[in-house]
Amino acid sequence: MIKTKSIIGALLVSLLFAAVPAAAQDAHAAPEIKKEAWSFAGPFGTYDRNQLQRGFQVFKEVCSSCHSAHLLAFRNLSEPGGPEFTEGQVKALAASYEINDPEAAGGKRPGIAADRWPSPFASEQDARDANGGALPPDMSVLAKARGTTQPFPWWILNYFTAYAEGGPDYIHALLNGYEETPPEGVTIPDGKHYNHYFPGNAIGMAPPLSDGAITYEEAANGTTVPQTLDQYSRDVSAFLMWVAEPHLVERKEAGMRVMVFLVVFAALMFLVKRKLWARVEH
Amino acid sequence: MAHESSYVPGNAVEKWIDDRLPIIRWSKEHLMDYPTPKNLNYWWTFGAILAFMLVVQIVTGIVLAMHYTPHVSLAFDSVEHIRRDVNGGRILQAVHAVGASMFFAAVYIHMFRGLYFGSYKAPREILWILGVLIFVLMVTTAFMGYVLPWGQMSFWAATVITNILGAIPVLGEPILQLLRGGFAVDNATLNRFFSLHYLLPFVIAAVVALHIWALHVPGNNNPIGVEVKNSRETVPFHPYYTMKDLYAVVLFCIPFAWFVFFAPDLLGHPDNYIMANSQVTPTHIVPEWYFLPFYAILRAIDFNIFFIDSKLGGVIFFAGAILVLFFVPWLDTSKVRSGSFRPVFKWFYWLFVINFVMLTWLGSAPAEGIYVLIAKLCTAYYFIYFLVVLPLLGRFEKPRPLPESITESVLAKHKAPVAQPAAAATTH
Repeated sequence: MIKTKSIIGALLVSLLFAAVPAAAQDAHAAPEIKKEAWSFAGPFGTYDRNQLQRGFQVFKEVCSSCHSAHLLAFRNLSEPGGPEFTEGQVKALAASYEINDPEAAGGKRPGIAADRWPSPFASEQDARDANGGALPPDMSVLAKARGTTQPFPWWILNYFTAYAEGGPDYIHALLNGYEETPPEGVTIPDGKHYNHYFPGNAIGMAPPLSDGAITYEEAANGTTVPQTLDQYSRDVSAFLMWVAEPHLVERKEAGMRVMVFLVVFAALMFLVKRKLWARVEH
Repeated sequence: MAHESSYVPGNAVEKWIDDRLPIIRWSKEHLMDYPTPKNLNYWWTFGAILAFMLVVQIVTGIVLAMHYTPHVSLAFDSVEHIRRDVNGGRILQAVHAVGASMFFAAVYIHMFRGLYFGSYKAPREILWILGVLIFVLMVTTAFMGYVLPWGQMSFWAATVITNILGAIPVLGEPILQLLRGGFAVDNATLNRFFSLHYLLPFVIAAVVALHIWALHVPGNNNPIGVEVKNSRETVPFHPYYTMKDLYAVVLFCIPFAWFVFFAPDLLGHPDNYIMANSQVTPTHIVPEWYFLPFYAILRAIDFNIFFIDSKLGGVIFFAGAILVLFFVPWLDTSKVRSGSFRPVFKWFYWLFVINFVMLTWLGSAPAEGIYVLIAKLCTAYYFIYFLVVLPLLGRFEKPRPLPESITESVLAKHKAPVAQPAAAATTH
């Protein structure tokens, strides 16, 4: 009896605790976003270096012409756990950008590895003027600032699977969610585009990617991937996740060690407690 | 529980200290010898878990404060700086943020345990009242802490919640401006919230000391709610409960670490990764999950009550939902402490627990359609439980016979565990 009661109690409590932030997320009328398979999902998740390098290429050649990423430093691109370009590559890359520096002669100088990724527009107003009034959001933590919702009771599972890939799932869905002609009865203002997954459906960004738009080089280990919209959007979503969460791999590896330690420690403490209390009738 | 001190100074230095400041004697009495009922179940370990969480929050918080910048244009990026560039910063920040959730999960369990086993009844009223005071301080501290990262939810939660105070007649507007340091949530608000967020945990620690003092005078309640009769029914706190509590703390750390390391943002809201912008209102403004039950009560009052408009009415019910807890020791008229021996109470109690979970869910649901009606019903039951059920039940309910003593209940349990379902409820 106690057992059932404890179990009911524990269930209710965990429900309460497990509760709700997910349910709390807004339920705009967008279709449900599919959970994709990401290499960095789950407790053992880790970034795929080749994918991050491809995603960086998409970001550099397409996204960064309108989107800033002011927290991303060139040096991050060579740090372990990321795209892991060589330091030489990063230096050369940085040097190919001009950085605003009031102390440099002429106010500009070539970039160095310690510089942050230069923003494409000087101010928010410039960005809006160039984009029909819409502001391309900064991409530094974009992958964590977007999410998906699952209907009750499925979101409860998220607590047990440690689902933290709502952002990449959303970005991937968005990039694949454009429709040339909006569904019947929906009018999209001039200069806007219809997207299934964007809140309100009218998005300022024109479809940025299409099949074959970017030419991937063959990876060092000879793997090739299809040069399709789906692949590009997958790669850039993964890259943006890394930009938002550069220490994800390190964190999860530490987590595994901590979990093993805690389970062993708990087992030992249980034995200590049992031995100690064996003498007491309670 | 008054008891003779068993402390004998071990050497001349200890003796010298003992004559001047008997701190070792005091520690031995209160941290080691403190006689604790031997039949406490695992719900009783949450006191130690909460003490542990307070330390975790203070330690991580102090380190975070070394790297954080309380300024509207810098705060958001400074929290990202902690996550990206400070050594171990991602984990430190995650421990503090997830820690707030774990702290509240534990405090809710601790409070519901007290409500079930009647731990608030004489002679433990002050103990309970101090506990409710700690809860109020925790809510305030957590709310201010949530504002510091200066994301969209931080900003809008601060706006919505401070606005509540504006509903108070006459004094509302001046209080609101004092709290915000201006007419709107801005840099002054962020600065004072940071200052208070650093101060209040130490106030909590002080009230916790009083809470433990108030515990050590009457001693622990226990699952059968019958007072300890003699020293054979107690065990010294150390090593029996230090080890049991430590075991519970380690167990508690497992889900804690799960969130910290594998999904640190799962308990938060994605919108808080967008920097605060007073020009853009999020689609739904949702508080952190641990405030949702009270948020649901606040929103449930969407009608005027006589001359009280709905806004003030909401505030009254919101405040009342917490204030009513202070009076529980006198609202519950039953002489029997433990819910295990109260057949009717149990039903109302578990309904109250379910009701509370419902309120949590409703706080996150949009305030429209059927949700509004359910929220009103749940709010009504929340108050009915305290103001009607608890006072009346003590008069009409016939409790089951209580065991004479802890010893009797323990013996009964060991002899006939199947034939004694009533006592079985007190095991662990």
